[in-house]
Amino acid sequence: MKKIRVTARIDVKNEFVIKGIHLEGLRKVGDPNLLAKKYYEEGIDEIIFMDAVAAYYDRNSLSHIIEKACKEVFIPITVGGGLRTIDDINQALKAGADKVAINTKAIQNPEFIAEASKIFGSQCIVASIVAKKINSNQWEAYIDNGREATGLDIVEWAKRLEGLGAGEIMLTSLDMEGTKKGFDTELYEAVQDVVSIPIIASGGMGNIKHAVELLSNYKIDAIATASVIHYNIDTIKNIKQAFIDNNIKVRM
Amino acid sequence: MKISIIDYEIGNVKSIKNALKKIGVESILTNDRKTILSSDGLILPGVGAFAHGMNNLQKYGLQEIINDFVNTKKPFMGICLGMQMLMEESEEFGITKGLGLIEGKVIKLPVQKTNYEKSPHVSWNEIVKNKITWKDTILGDIPEQSDMYFVHSFVASPMNEENILSTTEYYDYKFCSAVKKDNIYGCQFHPEKSGKMGLNIIQNFVNLCKERKNV
Repeated sequence: MKKIRVTARIDVKNEFVIKGIHLEGLRKVGDPNLLAKKYYEEGIDEIIFMDAVAAYYDRNSLSHIIEKACKEVFIPITVGGGLRTIDDINQALKAGADKVAINTKAIQNPEFIAEASKIFGSQCIVASIVAKKINSNQWEAYIDNGREATGLDIVEWAKRLEGLGAGEIMLTSLDMEGTKKGFDTELYEAVQDVVSIPIIASGGMGNIKHAVELLSNYKIDAIATASVIHYNIDTIKNIKQAFIDNNIKVRM
Repeated sequence: MKISIIDYEIGNVKSIKNALKKIGVESILTNDRKTILSSDGLILPGVGAFAHGMNNLQKYGLQEIINDFVNTKKPFMGICLGMQMLMEESEEFGITKGLGLIEGKVIKLPVQKTNYEKSPHVSWNEIVKNKITWKDTILGDIPEQSDMYFVHSFVASPMNEENILSTTEYYDYKFCSAVKKDNIYGCQFHPEKSGKMGLNIIQNFVNLCKERKNV
């Protein structure tokens, strides 16, 4: 049985870790490198750095943060936000990232995912999907860090991304993001059976129970934590211990 | 102490360099014959497609340099694709010849494509002993069942059991996750991305290089 990955999602704006609600109303919570190092030492399995405003300004500005992080953090690092060209991906990987997360550019030009996964390998390409519920059992994809609707159906889009060569899907619920009210379990239920690549569930985790409930009932490979650890609601160690207690396999 | 990392324009070498630096060892990224042969240890990194990796090794004439280095009996370690290329051939996108340093081939991780068995295998997973001891190898002081970080869809399948240093289970399928043959080592997982336990493996490799240097 595969182990669930507990990832720390660190959204960055102008050098600061920020956290909003529904990806808006961003509030500063600390220094990205200090937090990354702290989470690494506490046993996080993976770090995801997202440039929260990059898509808007068309560029990713995290290179120096990644470079610094890689000197102290020896676990996989994903970087996302504003990556628009093969050269952008190259830059992120050169800075030390292991994977890149791509949303806006993939929707504007789906072939970009195919091209990128051919060059860098599927394992390197995380398709980031931001989903907003529009009906019961229907979600729409958003771009530009949750600012703009696209009309794309999430289930169809997820299938297509796998076909294009994405290696993983980071699926963020815009409705639950930052609310600490729990994951949008219906969203993961809708997507879990249509793709066979790993799914990272992101958005809504406010306590350990939320994660246990999601992982006990749905075929999810990884969870993204932000508020819980940024605001010291609980510790990485406690999260993992709770998983073990509930027969969810995890690295200790 | 001089450790070289093979530069053939494949993979995230920065993290291996950083990991070595973290344990106090400076390394050189190079494809220069003299530099490589005068090193105390050599690391072959790599991610991505097998054929692409082999093509790039050939482009820089590295196959011969690697062979010559291996013949010096100094420690040599392949990581991920770098381990797979130690084998004789791979079935990824048709048959491609490998370095042929260890007998066996590279095969696709045989997962049935149901929702519970996903490929690529992207996960932390446990390494366990096979039939040979870990003593005096890169896994020397590593507790059994330690978790390492894996990202791959293909696996090396050595012909001889005595070359299998560790195995890992992916659902019901047991595959070779580390190899050893004399001074040649390989790991399918990424020690440079496997937290503190991974750093210990790199430290063990460096220790083997030191011991060899002092002989």
